[in-house]
Amino acid sequence: MPESATARVHEQVGLSVELGHETPLELDCGISLGPFTLAYQTYGTLNAERSNAVLLCHALTGDQFVVGPHPVTGKPGWWELMVGPGRPFDTDRYFVICSNALGGCMGTTGPKEINPETGRPWGLDFPVITIRDMVKAQAMLLDHLGIEQLFCISGGSMGGMQALQWVASYPERCYTAVPIACAAKHSAQNIALNEVGRQAIMADPEWREGRYQELGTNPAGGLAVARMAAHISYLSEPALQRKFGRTLQDRSNVTYGFDADFQVESYLRHQGQSFVERFDANSYLYITRAIDYFDLAADYEGVLANAFRGAETRFCVISFTSDWLYPTPENRAIVRALAAVAANVSFVEVVSDKGHDAFLLDEPDMFETLRGFLSGAAARRGLGGP
Amino acid sequence: MNAGSGRTSARPDHRLIAELVEPGSRLLDIGCGDGALLELLAREKSVDGRGIEISQEGVNASVRRGLSVIQGDADTDLADYPEAAFDYVVLSQTLPAIRDPRGVLLELLRIGRIAIVSIPNFGHWRNRLHLLTRGRMPAPRGSGEPWYATPQIRPCTIKDFVMLCRELGIAIDRRTQVDSRGRVRRFSGTGRFANLFGEQAVFVLSARSSRTPASGTKRG
Repeated sequence: MPESATARVHEQVGLSVELGHETPLELDCGISLGPFTLAYQTYGTLNAERSNAVLLCHALTGDQFVVGPHPVTGKPGWWELMVGPGRPFDTDRYFVICSNALGGCMGTTGPKEINPETGRPWGLDFPVITIRDMVKAQAMLLDHLGIEQLFCISGGSMGGMQALQWVASYPERCYTAVPIACAAKHSAQNIALNEVGRQAIMADPEWREGRYQELGTNPAGGLAVARMAAHISYLSEPALQRKFGRTLQDRSNVTYGFDADFQVESYLRHQGQSFVERFDANSYLYITRAIDYFDLAADYEGVLANAFRGAETRFCVISFTSDWLYPTPENRAIVRALAAVAANVSFVEVVSDKGHDAFLLDEPDMFETLRGFLSGAAARRGLGGP
Repeated sequence: MNAGSGRTSARPDHRLIAELVEPGSRLLDIGCGDGALLELLAREKSVDGRGIEISQEGVNASVRRGLSVIQGDADTDLADYPEAAFDYVVLSQTLPAIRDPRGVLLELLRIGRIAIVSIPNFGHWRNRLHLLTRGRMPAPRGSGEPWYATPQIRPCTIKDFVMLCRELGIAIDRRTQVDSRGRVRRFSGTGRFANLFGEQAVFVLSARSSRTPASGTKRG
């Protein structure tokens, strides 16, 4: 792997590279960003033909640490079950790359980082970014790594949106694409949910118009509420019922107060609390906004099929029966658009009661589907077995 | 392709379809089941194949084999495909399970240049005898499914199918029968023997230049 002089190993966040020195990143909002930093991790080895690279795109609150231990939390990576030797994204076979999304807070340029023009954290001076901007930044990373074509572009949720955008923007660079549990546009309900999260953050007096870093405050309360609200949308009613029901938390009776009487409350509070230790409130605003703005068809005369016209990419779309954030009909709309241009597409709806988060969990049908799809494509691409 | 191991010989109608298909062509298999035909065609004819299958188990099995298959319904989802997207569109043993066979037949020849349709022949002598002597609906051989549970909601005979094609202005370029022992039989003449002794029939269809104007094949 070619390492240019600008590549460096950050003591905490692994690999990162400064991009956009000569040609800045032209953002959708009209601002030119450059140079900027992209933090990333790689797993496995790039082959001599440079044909076995897999780019995984993380979801809203994910990061480049696909496989753990995570440098901040010490926990396993978000796709530990999917990536590694013998896993569907087999690191004995593929060279797996994941970068922290533009606007993120794990080393990539985002509102938390220092604005070189002012010497202060960007905060709300950071330009509003889009899914397409994130993808453009990733394409610059691939140029830096000397990878012309990806064997596979994949991700779940916001990561799946990026996978779709990748094929639309750079069809010739995507041999296969696996968008999982996602949609070609963000629905009104999902924009509404994101807005609740953003309002929770901005209503926190410690948010200070986004300048909390300089002023030494921390809108952890607002960010935790945002996470709690969002987390409900990642689960499903049956899963919540199965996991918690109406079980009380370490007590035999309700307390007639507002303590966390129920286990489900305690669980959500814990989700909120652990989230604020690793995530930046302004990043949350920016990335949810990027997701809200995503409407792939809008860039193609309102016809989603046009986004994929002429693409030779082989697709595998996966959805989950109990996902109400990006339900199967949204995933099927992608499949229909692909069929309309006679693209090469497989589509599997996995039966699961675990809701949207199923894509991160132990779902054997998802693993088997991916294994079969990737093996078939790898044979066609001339990638040998492990 | 992943070459499977311990493969048993292919179904007779699959074998027959494979003989009809030009190597390297683009093909859509509607109701592809577990992908056995698509795999055979990819392996032996280097066909660029796609599949639609209504059952999720079938789709999962196919995708695991490395085939391009989507979960979908022939009655509703063919409208998504553009005109002449495929060299061949295959409907193997699926026609009796379709709500609107007429509409689907027209769709086949809109999205494909050639349609290959195989049907179980309800007019086979065994079915006729069963109905005559026992007075009960014959179940498809080997399935043992009672009349109220069979997916074959619209069983037809070879003759019924030929008449429908005539009505729709569809040309039957070739017709082949398979008898109860899986042997390929070609009956000449009017088709009376075929309708009596053919257990399955495979038709190769194409659109006649003078198509019935009222057929309204454009959708979506």
